[in-house]
Amino acid sequence: MISYYAKLGLLSIRQNPVLSALMVAAIATGIGACMTIVNIDYVMSGNPIPHRSSLLYHVQLDSWDPYEAAEEPNEPPDQVTYLDGTALLKAGKARRQVLSYRTGRVIQPDGDGQLPFQVSSRSTSADFFSMFDVPFLYGSAWDKAADDSAAYVVVLGREVNEQLFGGQDPVGRNVVMNGDTYRVTGVLDNWQPTPKFYDVSNQSFGEVEEVYFPLSVSIAEELSSSGNTNCWKPVPETTWQAFLNSECVWMQLWVELHGETERSDYLAYLDAYVESQKAIGRFPRPLNNRLYNVMEWMQNQEVVESDVKVLLGLAVLFLVVCLLNTIGLLLAKIMRRAGDIGLRRALGASRNAVFAQYIVEAGLIGIVGGVAGIGMTMLGLQGIRILYGEFDFIDRLVHLDWIMMSTAIILAIVSALAAALYPTWRACGIHPASQLKSL
Amino acid sequence: MEIGPIWRAMSRNKTSYLLIAMQIAVTMAIMVNAFSIIQERSRMMARPSGVDEDNIFYLSSIGFLPEFDGRSASEEDLDALRRFPGVANAIMTNTVPLQGGGWSQGLRTEPGEEIESIGVAVYFVDEHGIDTFDVNLTQGRNFAPTEIMMFDPDANGARWPDKIIITQAMAEALFPDSPNDAIGRTVYIEDDLPITIIGVLQRMQAAWKEWSGVERAMLVPMKRKQNSFRYVIRAEPGYRDELMPQIEKMLAEKNTGRIIRGMTTMTETRERSYLEDSAMIKLLVFIVGVLTAITGLGIVGLASFSVARRSKQIGVRRALGATRPAILRYFMLENFLISSVGVVGGALLAVGLNVWMVHAFDLTPIAWYVIPTAMLILWLVGQLAVFGPARRATLVSPAVATRAV
Repeated sequence: MISYYAKLGLLSIRQNPVLSALMVAAIATGIGACMTIVNIDYVMSGNPIPHRSSLLYHVQLDSWDPYEAAEEPNEPPDQVTYLDGTALLKAGKARRQVLSYRTGRVIQPDGDGQLPFQVSSRSTSADFFSMFDVPFLYGSAWDKAADDSAAYVVVLGREVNEQLFGGQDPVGRNVVMNGDTYRVTGVLDNWQPTPKFYDVSNQSFGEVEEVYFPLSVSIAEELSSSGNTNCWKPVPETTWQAFLNSECVWMQLWVELHGETERSDYLAYLDAYVESQKAIGRFPRPLNNRLYNVMEWMQNQEVVESDVKVLLGLAVLFLVVCLLNTIGLLLAKIMRRAGDIGLRRALGASRNAVFAQYIVEAGLIGIVGGVAGIGMTMLGLQGIRILYGEFDFIDRLVHLDWIMMSTAIILAIVSALAAALYPTWRACGIHPASQLKSL
Repeated sequence: MEIGPIWRAMSRNKTSYLLIAMQIAVTMAIMVNAFSIIQERSRMMARPSGVDEDNIFYLSSIGFLPEFDGRSASEEDLDALRRFPGVANAIMTNTVPLQGGGWSQGLRTEPGEEIESIGVAVYFVDEHGIDTFDVNLTQGRNFAPTEIMMFDPDANGARWPDKIIITQAMAEALFPDSPNDAIGRTVYIEDDLPITIIGVLQRMQAAWKEWSGVERAMLVPMKRKQNSFRYVIRAEPGYRDELMPQIEKMLAEKNTGRIIRGMTTMTETRERSYLEDSAMIKLLVFIVGVLTAITGLGIVGLASFSVARRSKQIGVRRALGATRPAILRYFMLENFLISSVGVVGGALLAVGLNVWMVHAFDLTPIAWYVIPTAMLILWLVGQLAVFGPARRATLVSPAVATRAV
């Protein structure tokens, strides 16, 4: 029976090719527009480190200006000072703690013909790699002793290793950066948390740094941050030491804590630390320390562009318009055949039979529209890629994973059914008598 | 007029008409809000930066060898750049408008950290700054060569010079009561260091386009001793593109202790800076265009069905003496009534959506004329869409009525 209905449905679609095409196109465009934006939003609001995101906490201390919050209404600064960062790092009250900041270096390859080139770099401590679960292709992170002794060691990103050593294992070999020789301890495997949660103050979706070396080295080399540095209080002198002792915030501090008790204990410790600093005249504002885990911090920093949220709202409405359009057309089409339906009912077809016939026809349109909608989604994502091509991270945002693919299929089926149900239901309600009269 | 009968006929078949009206309403809500966003973005993108965007380009010089001497290298480079044929002028500075990264500082009209300060973007320049950026000095004077402070962080001397030039917008923010006599007045930087304003620029934007104080900037007469810096170069009109590779080569060969990076024109900087906004505009135009087309085609489809379904009625009316224009008018009027319900609902929906978006995303509220404009557009789209099917209705011959009964 179903195949017969399908045949009837196809016949009816063939009778009205333009209108049927319009209905299919409307569903397809609606789903395409909606899923394109849903996908972007999904990638942007994704969890960059799913298995550890609830264990990692971003530390904020309110060391700011007594007369003005770092950010209204009463947010503490989003980075920490050198004084506080190193004090908390040294205290080691959490399971693990990592202090880091972004810098830039120039690598001088020793081979002939290769020109010096600039790389983005991160100055950090050994725990960075284990805490953020960074994968290694060769070797490993440097050890704590290297941090303590400010040893010139470096971990290379995969691409830099390609460029310098042709992708061979370089562990133990030397790399010259800004005139200093560093020993390679490891090479990262492909690693790109999206968003780049550990430092969202620059580009939330930017590339991870290309090389990593100890914080103790960059402090000794007097390397300032290539990211944001914010000061509320004038630095009294222009020397590096004066800057280190200043109230400028420029470093990111993360700690690892397991469970609510450890979190509240650490928060209490932070409060006690700030109280002790108040005693020596720092921290003029009331206690206002924060510990956010990864996803809370992503939310607080609003890493998903508000443009995406606006577009998401409009895209959902867009789908609504497309569905209303299809419902209206299907309804008109079915009601036009009220006479046929009345006749069939008079000849003994049950309501269920009428329902089955028309849900098959409407469903056919819905399913074709849904499948075309997935194609439109891919087209839409390509369009976004072209539109935002200047951003190097756009490729990651337009990637359609299997979860989104299935969401698209489910959305297509639901939309198709939603569009088909009402007109079909109306068709079932047609009274045989009312129609036969007019024949 | 036939509004009464049309309305009664429509109420016998409410759902179809309601669906179209709803579709028009939602389309209108999207159209109005999209238009409002487009307007806001275009206004932002239309703001001039104040500098000569057509002819300026810039690049970074990054010294990496320990023995690299930034001070002497920059003096030699600037000398060579200014002599280079086709170069109008060049300076060493920290950033350019719209670039995205820069330095900001607070200025106060009274000393003391408890006084609220006004944020201002800092450009470090020498006496060639005004000419290189080609900004318009409306009051006061430029820096003299002797007033350029040589700053060396290791020497630990003075941190700021004693003279600055500010933009008109900064003058207005500092002295709201008398913005036009800023010249000669003293302001305070870093709480209590006095600085005298010697000039006012008509306009020069900061490096951050989304900053509310983007029009507030100041020129600081200072050459900082550092190993990495930026050169801003203004080419003679028409020479920019051929100069860029020549200058990159010249600088790279002059000194091997540094690398030259980030050669960029102001035109590219503007495009990149407003990329998200222009992409948003394109997306919204596309969405509204497709949506209007879908709604229009939906109206065509429904009207065609409705004409086909009522061909007998039309025949009867024609047989009873209705003229063709009367039939045309019937369908046009019917559509006008549906559209009216749609656009009135759409106006309410649009305002509701806008209130929510203003609240949630800090958008500007819609301008009053956007709603009537959108209403007119959708009325027009409806009339255009229904015209074809309605014309076909007029072709139904009176004989149809007799045949079928």
